[in-house]
Amino acid sequence: MSVIAPDFRLSSFIRSIFDNAFWALLLANLAGIPAIMMVLFYIEMPVIDGELLTPFLAFSWLADPSRTLPIVHAFMATDLFRVVAFPGFGFAALIAAATIFVERKMLAKLQLRVGPFYCGKIEGILQLMGDGLKLISKEIIIPAKADKPIFWVAPVIFVATAAAFVALIPVAPGWVVADVDLGLIAVFAVIGFFPIITILSAWSANSKFPFIGGIRALFQMVSFEIPLILSLLGVVILTGTLNLSEIAASQSSFPWIVFLPIGAIVFFTTMLAELERIPFDLPEAESEIVAGWLTEFSGMMYGLVQLGTYLKLYAFAALFVVLFLGGWHGPMVVPPFPEEILLDGIVMGPVTAKIPGLPLFTQEMINGTFWFVLKTVGVIFFILLPRGVFPRIRIDMLLNLGWSKLIGLAFVNIFIALGLLYAGVLGPGGMLPQ
Amino acid sequence: MTLNVGPQHPGSGHMRIIVQIDGDHIVACDPDPGYVHRGEEKMAEYRNYITNIPHLERPVIHDSCNILYPYVLGVEELLGIETPERAKYVRVIASELNRCIYTMYWLAIYGIFLGHSTMFMWPAGDRELLIDLMEKMTGARVTHAHFVPGGVRNDLPPNFEDVCLRQVNYFEKRIKEYADIFYDNPILISRTRDTGVLSRQDAIRLGTTGSVLRASGVDYDVRKKEPYDVYDELDVNTNVMKEGDSYARSRVPWLDMMESCNIIRSALEKMPSSGSVRVKLKPNPKGGHDTVYKRVESGRGSLGCYIVSDGKPEPYRVKMSVGSFRNLIALPYLLKGEKLGNMPAVYWSLNYWPVEADR
Repeated sequence: MSVIAPDFRLSSFIRSIFDNAFWALLLANLAGIPAIMMVLFYIEMPVIDGELLTPFLAFSWLADPSRTLPIVHAFMATDLFRVVAFPGFGFAALIAAATIFVERKMLAKLQLRVGPFYCGKIEGILQLMGDGLKLISKEIIIPAKADKPIFWVAPVIFVATAAAFVALIPVAPGWVVADVDLGLIAVFAVIGFFPIITILSAWSANSKFPFIGGIRALFQMVSFEIPLILSLLGVVILTGTLNLSEIAASQSSFPWIVFLPIGAIVFFTTMLAELERIPFDLPEAESEIVAGWLTEFSGMMYGLVQLGTYLKLYAFAALFVVLFLGGWHGPMVVPPFPEEILLDGIVMGPVTAKIPGLPLFTQEMINGTFWFVLKTVGVIFFILLPRGVFPRIRIDMLLNLGWSKLIGLAFVNIFIALGLLYAGVLGPGGMLPQ
Repeated sequence: MTLNVGPQHPGSGHMRIIVQIDGDHIVACDPDPGYVHRGEEKMAEYRNYITNIPHLERPVIHDSCNILYPYVLGVEELLGIETPERAKYVRVIASELNRCIYTMYWLAIYGIFLGHSTMFMWPAGDRELLIDLMEKMTGARVTHAHFVPGGVRNDLPPNFEDVCLRQVNYFEKRIKEYADIFYDNPILISRTRDTGVLSRQDAIRLGTTGSVLRASGVDYDVRKKEPYDVYDELDVNTNVMKEGDSYARSRVPWLDMMESCNIIRSALEKMPSSGSVRVKLKPNPKGGHDTVYKRVESGRGSLGCYIVSDGKPEPYRVKMSVGSFRNLIALPYLLKGEKLGNMPAVYWSLNYWPVEADR
C-alpha cells in the first residue's frame, strides 16, 4: 500500500469530515462566540426600530444579514475598532507587511535577481508568513551577562512606541485613533522615545557590537531630530495649528510641498536617518559592527524589532503625506453609493432585500483612504529606493550633514514660510485659498 | 576597547583583525590570519609533479588558473618541456578570464562591505558570463585544473573563439556600467577618497604588490616587466593611479578587467587556429637536482612559485609567494588612526584573499 496516496476509504473520508466539523464547532463555541460577546458587551448598542438592543439580543440579530449592519456600524464607531483595525495597528501592520514584500521584490528586480519565489504560488507572496513562522519557532537566546528584564522588554516597548506613532496619523477625515490638538508635539515626543529604547537595549545586551551600534544610533537620532523638528515648523507657521487632522485639512487646494520644497527635502532626509535606512544605516552596518544594536536579538525578539521598524517606516511616510502631500485630499474617484439601493433595497428577482445601515463607509472616507494609501505607498517607494543605489555613509559625514547642512536648510525653509506669511500670500487671511 | 573582527564576523573573511579602538578611532590593528591554513606546500612534497596540480589551485578557487601558472611554468623548466604555441595562447586567455572572475568576486564583496547591495549582486551575476566560458573551455566552473606541464589539458571546444569574443565584449559593456552606480557614486567617492592613503614610498617599502602597488603610483606588472608565455607578443597596458587611497585601490582592478578584455581579444586574434595544445609526458616524470623560481601576475599581484627538485618524482620543496599575504602587511599601517567606519573600505581594498594568504 502506497504511503503517499493511500486508497480511498469512504469510512475514513466521512470520519475526517466529522472530525473537522467537531473541531470547528468546538473552537467556535470556546473562542469565537465569547470573543464576539466580549465585543458586543464593549460597544454602545444602537437604537433600532425604537428598541435599545442588549448584547444578547444583538447576538441573535447577527444571524440576520439585514439586521447585522447597524451593529457592525456601532462597532466601527468604537475606539476598539480604531485601535485594532482601521486607522490603527491592523491597517498599519498590513501596509508594513506589504512594504516588506515590495521591498524584497523591488530590490531583487533592481539587482537582476528574482527575490522571494517559492513560498506561495504567486511570486513568493507568502514568504513573509514563512519568515514569521521561522522566527516564532526559533529559540530565544539571551546573552549570559545581559541585563535580562530590560533586554526582554526593549523589543516590546519598541513595537509599542511605533504603534503609538501610528495612532497619531489621520488617514481620512475623522478617521484617526488619537485626535490630539498638539498632535505634532506628540509626534516629536514619540520620535524622541526611540533613541532611549535603542540605547537601553544596546546597553542591556552587555556586548561590544550592540553597544557601539546603540551609541551610533543615539548620535544619529539625536542629531537628526533637530532638523526634523525644524523642517516641520514651516508647515506649522503657515497653518497655525499643531493638530495633524487640521494640517491635512488645510491642504485642500494645494499641498505644502509646492511652497515648502526645501522643508520636504530636509524632512525626507532626516526621515531616512531616523529609520536607519541606507545610506544612513550605520547603527546596523554589518561589515563593521555585525548588526549593530540588533546583534544579540534572536527569534521573535528580532521579529518584533523588525515589525516595529516597518511600522515606524509606515508612520513616517504617512506623516510626510499628512504634512507635505495633502493627506487624504485628491480628486473624487470613488463613485457615490447607488441611491436606489438605499431607497428600494437590492432587487433579486422576486425578493427585494432592504438593508438598513448602508452605506457602511461614506464616499469621502473611501476616497480619502484611497488617496492617502496611494501617496503613502509612493513615499515608501522613495524611502526604499536608496537601498539599491547608495552605499552606507560614515558617522562623521552623517553628523556633518545633520548639524551643518540640514539645520541650515531647515532655517531657510522657516524663513521662506515666514516670508510667505508676512507677505500675505498664505496663512490666515492670505491671498491664496486654503 | 578591543574588538575581535572575525573570524565569525560579516566583515572579516576567514581571518581575524584585532582592533583597538578609542571612541571611533582605531588606535592599533593586528591582523591575525591562519584560520584556513591547509598545508598546501607540505602536501606538495608528497605528490608527484602532475598530481600536485588539483590541490595547488585550492587556495584561490576563483583564480585557479593563475595560481597554478607559476608552478606549471616552473615544472616545465625543470623537466625541460617546450610548450606548443597554441597552448600558450590558450593559457593566456584562461588566465585573463580567471583574473576577471576573481576580480568580479572581489568587487562584489567590496560592494557589500560598503553597504551597496546592488554592487554585490551585479558582479556576482555578470561573473557567470565568464564562468560559463571557463566551463566550456575546461569542463568545470571553478577549480579547473586546466594547466598541465607542457600545455593545457584539453583543446578549445569548437566555435569557442566566437562565443568568447561575444561574451567578453558584452562583459566589457556591462562592467563599464558599474561606473554609473558605483565608481561615480558621490557617497562612495566621499567614503573612500583619502582614506587609508598608502604613499608610493610606503607601498614599495612594505612590499605590496599588484593593484595596491599600481594604485600608489608604481607602474609594476609582471606581465609587462617579465613577460611569460606569450605576453611579450601581446600589448599589455597597466593602469596606474597616483592617489594611493582606497578609491584608487578599488578602481585599479576594475580598469584591469577592461585591460584583460583587450588582452583576450588580441590573444584570440593572434592565436594559431590549429595545432597541438599538449606535449605528451612520460608517466611520473623526474627532474634533475635543480631549483626554479617563476612568477606571474595574478588577480592579487605578483605570485611566485619556488620549486626545489632532488631528482625524485616528487618535488623536494614547493614554496608559493602570494600577493595576498604581501598586501596584508600594509593593513596595520593603513588602519592606524582611521575611523572604525573606514575599516571595511580599507581592509578589502587591499585585494586580499584570506585563503590564499594562509595556503
